[in-house]
Amino acid sequence: MKPRRPEGGRPGGRGARINPKTAKRLLFLIAGRYKLHFAFVSLCIIVSSIANIAGAGFTQTLVDDYIQPMVASSSRDFSGLLKALGVLGSAYAVGIAASYFYNRVMVVISQGVLKKIRDDMFYRMQLLPIKYFDQNNFGDIMSRYTNDTDTLRQMISMSLPQTFSSLIMIAAVSWTMLSISVPLTLLVFACVACMLFATKLLGGKSAVHFIGQQKALGDINGYIEEMINGQKVVKAFNHEEKSKEAFDSLNDGLNSQAASANRFANIMMPVVGNIGNLQYVLIAIIGGAMALSGTGGVTLGAIAAFLSLSKAFAFPIGQISSQMNAVIMALAGAERIFALMDEEPEPDDGYVSLTNAELIGGQLMECQKRTGIWAWKHPHGDGRVTYTRLTGHVELIDVDFCYNENELVLRNITLTANPGEKIAFVGATGAGKTTITNLINRFYDIADGKIRFDGININKIKKTDLRKSLGIVLQDVNLFTGTVMENIRYGNLNASDEEVIAAAKLANAHDFISRLPDGYQTPIESDGANLSQGQRQLISIARAAAADPPVMILDEATSSIDTRTEAIVQTGMDRLMEGRTVFVIAHRLSTIQNAQAIMVMEQGRIIERGNHNSLMEKNGRYCQLYTGKLAEQ
Amino acid sequence: MIKRLFLCVRQYKRDSILAPLFMVGEVSMEVLLPYLMAMLIDNGIDKGDMNYILNMGLRLFAAAMLAMCFGILSGAFAASASAGFARNVRKDLFYSVSGFSFSNIDKFSASSLVTRLTTDVANVQNAYQMIIRMAVRAPMMLLMSFAMAFSVSRKLSMTFLLALPILGFGLWYVITSTHPIFVRVFKTYDKLNRVVRENLRGMRVVKSFVREGFEREKFGVISDIIFKDFSKAEKRLAINMPLMQLCAYGCLIMLMWFGARMIIVDKELATGELMSLIAYSMQILSSLMMLSMVFVMIIISRASAERITEVLNETSSLRNPDAPVFKVKDGSISLKGVNFSYAGKGGKICLAGANLDIASGETVGILGGTGSSKTTLVQLIPRLYDATGGEVIVGGVNVRNYDIESLRNAVSVVLQKNVLFSGTIKENLLWGNENATNEEIARACSLAQADGFIDALPGKYGYFVEQGGSNVSGGQKQRLCIARALLKNPKILILDDSTSAVDTRTDAAIRKAFKEDLPKVTKIIISQRAASVQDADKIVIMESGRIEAVGTHETLMRTSQIYREVYESQTRGGDFDEASQA
Repeated sequence: MKPRRPEGGRPGGRGARINPKTAKRLLFLIAGRYKLHFAFVSLCIIVSSIANIAGAGFTQTLVDDYIQPMVASSSRDFSGLLKALGVLGSAYAVGIAASYFYNRVMVVISQGVLKKIRDDMFYRMQLLPIKYFDQNNFGDIMSRYTNDTDTLRQMISMSLPQTFSSLIMIAAVSWTMLSISVPLTLLVFACVACMLFATKLLGGKSAVHFIGQQKALGDINGYIEEMINGQKVVKAFNHEEKSKEAFDSLNDGLNSQAASANRFANIMMPVVGNIGNLQYVLIAIIGGAMALSGTGGVTLGAIAAFLSLSKAFAFPIGQISSQMNAVIMALAGAERIFALMDEEPEPDDGYVSLTNAELIGGQLMECQKRTGIWAWKHPHGDGRVTYTRLTGHVELIDVDFCYNENELVLRNITLTANPGEKIAFVGATGAGKTTITNLINRFYDIADGKIRFDGININKIKKTDLRKSLGIVLQDVNLFTGTVMENIRYGNLNASDEEVIAAAKLANAHDFISRLPDGYQTPIESDGANLSQGQRQLISIARAAAADPPVMILDEATSSIDTRTEAIVQTGMDRLMEGRTVFVIAHRLSTIQNAQAIMVMEQGRIIERGNHNSLMEKNGRYCQLYTGKLAEQ
Repeated sequence: MIKRLFLCVRQYKRDSILAPLFMVGEVSMEVLLPYLMAMLIDNGIDKGDMNYILNMGLRLFAAAMLAMCFGILSGAFAASASAGFARNVRKDLFYSVSGFSFSNIDKFSASSLVTRLTTDVANVQNAYQMIIRMAVRAPMMLLMSFAMAFSVSRKLSMTFLLALPILGFGLWYVITSTHPIFVRVFKTYDKLNRVVRENLRGMRVVKSFVREGFEREKFGVISDIIFKDFSKAEKRLAINMPLMQLCAYGCLIMLMWFGARMIIVDKELATGELMSLIAYSMQILSSLMMLSMVFVMIIISRASAERITEVLNETSSLRNPDAPVFKVKDGSISLKGVNFSYAGKGGKICLAGANLDIASGETVGILGGTGSSKTTLVQLIPRLYDATGGEVIVGGVNVRNYDIESLRNAVSVVLQKNVLFSGTIKENLLWGNENATNEEIARACSLAQADGFIDALPGKYGYFVEQGGSNVSGGQKQRLCIARALLKNPKILILDDSTSAVDTRTDAAIRKAFKEDLPKVTKIIISQRAASVQDADKIVIMESGRIEAVGTHETLMRTSQIYREVYESQTRGGDFDEASQA
């Protein structure tokens, strides 16, 4: 996982701005999916907030209606007070129940929404074209599943209900205060304005440094990642001291940013809190003066109530301001998550599908069970459905391809592979060999020309079905966490243990697997770090063998395998190629000599073609390569 | 663990002490406020004494201002203390890793080290700030408020004694019952991330085997576990707030009822005092709540702290000798009965009884099957690992007696998994020798056959290489790594399969250049191509951790069946590119 993010990509780094579209969409995602839950939660929050301030308001009643008169009148009848407290207690009981219910239901909503977001995001990611993964940094995509989802979790389960309840509280408290005394309320409002001003001032300063801190953190984390991953090289070159120096300067930079950012954030709480205390004092003084002079109908009870109410008012405001940062961060995260979800999925207009088939009286018929015979099911516009047997006939006609517009990587590629034929591509790195194979399974779409599979334009074939019919062994082997057995079974999920072992035997992988500590049950960790390159290659061949497809695309990766293992791998590859149409990016002489057609590529073009003998006779580039004349140039 | 981390406080000790001290000041002032307020209400407002109101109001004002100042100071010191603490932890970690041997790195794995230096440090930093502020604030607030309430009314304070245990026990139950669930959830999160990461890396495999659905299911299962566990934990957490309200409201009603009675009947209490008790009750309960949050934070960060101390306490398995030899005389190498195991003595033997003599200036090729320990063998020469048994002698001296830096300067290894760093090509090359002149750089690049493509790059030697060298091809990367190694002017040069992505023509040119221009340097070449080692003075054949045979091409063709097989398979049906050499 790469902690480094692109410039300013960190939430909060966008000038603390809320994108209303994202907010709306998120709210809709939450409220839309859980309409009833949401309505219930809202109701409970309202009830609980009102119950909360009922007590503060009751202080006035307590002092003015009971304590003061009773002290004065020496009446000892407490039944009225008992009754009133009973009412208050019931209100509290309802409030407590309401807050329990909304907290409980909120869990359902927030966890449900998060699961939905996670699943949707992964679902959508699976649909994206290879191009997306070429263009986007993995660490950046990963952080949407980690940081961004996490900030979202905090926001939905905490900030959202808190902000809502705070708003309700503010409204209810304002109303209560106004009903007791307008001038004192205005005093409270003035103090709150001061609080907001202080928050904005300090928050703004803090935000500047927070952005700086995030940037410094990104820099240092990127540096740490690079140096730790390259630590062996650092040591081989005695570069430890140099790397420490650079680290120290980054670390000191981060330290000063972090200290400033936290300083302002830390100061905010006591400043805001104590403005609240000052307001408390002011209410006492001014309220006291008003009570003594008898202006505005201020009583002792009113002052007492105001003292509680002003605290009840400051609290939700403080809460909203402290949640604001979390909300902004979460929305920035949500924006990035939505951006991933909005990525255009790999288009698939194919309608021709692959089915099991059997031959009945020379006629190809669709059937359910696995017969070993496959057919392309081709529905036509007029409702007819025709079946074409899958044979592995592939032709490319005048194919052009570019990654970026106007920059052709492949030009005028035309070739035909008959069923069971082996087509070898040779040429220098960057000549376009791998690119051709990526077009056949439609990892990329061609710019111009046609590719036909058994006579059907591959654009018409459903991508998943097209890919099922093509096996692939890539040069870079990717394995998954799980056992060796599970990794080979990846090729064919229905394969029995025996079939997996048979595939391993065919790939010549059985011997080394048997020698592993737990044989086929040996766990593979972090992309097969516990296996050698050659062993991983063997597992990937076995995986392709388990899939048993009619057409194979092989990227011969001889470089990573030593010669002895290579001989083992070669036997496996040769067996895998038998009876299939094969496109092979070839490095080995035997592969090339056995190929029906050899395509010599240079700068995106096929410059020579033919079999080994005819190409040798031609005495062109292939012959030069073969006899090594180029080496002497 | 705590002790080790405490060592990281160092120059921030002053700030770390001042922050909680000022916090105590702030809390005392805040606790004083309701008390003064009670006096203001009872003696001022209730009795109609405006002077008293103003007098007491001034004191209240002063107390609030003092609280604010103390709060600001405490916050500022806490910020610099925690940021500084994190800085020191990070620094100690990085230095510690810099001192690691290869086996230390293997033990932790690079990715786990990265997490410890980033995420774990951030967690510990937050916890530290929390401890020097909140962990002081909450208990102080609790105790002081309680003491004040007690001094106002002993009787009414009993209500708190009733509420506190209820809240305390409830919070304790919630924390202890949810903590294991959270720990589990975070582990599951790791699994989820792993699935995503593997999918990102292996997207081509997923797509070509049409396993999107399968992967989605895999993801879905894990996502579901997280959903269930999180829901379970959060549902338990959901009683926190109502529990707090129950206690607070309960206190409030009891205070109002008994308080009113005491004011009216017993005349033991004044209205203002009742108000102050209500304020204290809120302070006491909220500080208990805060205490529980601190507690959770500390528990969560404990795992991070443990992981960090693990690294800090790890001692490098390689030590410089007491009286090191600084000069490597020549490039001769001799292995005497060398054994090696990655797991140390008693572990699985990877290299057994290796004996080999290489004269200075020789070219030695090493061939062998996968896992035959070719790489292991050569990594012992610059003492990247220590031999478990036997002696490795370079330039007539046991490698353990050299100063490690001098030894590694004399022995240049191009590792199999070679790495370029983000920076210009020149900056990368200067790793070999930071004082290299442009001429020296150009010469190294021409020997490594890298000059041609560098000249074609935009910016030439100033071309910026991205992290991990992602914007140069594999072959270019390998050639740059070779040039970098050459710039060290080594006495011994080791190429561990370092030309695998380079085409044969260039490979041959590199070897030719080595032979002609570096006659005095001992060259060890691990390769998969028989032709790459065919012309070597000595060819070493390795098989399952043993040196099977040593000899020239001619002798090995006669005596070593393995070599003969390899050679014949390659020339007959071997690498196409190889044909140009044959």
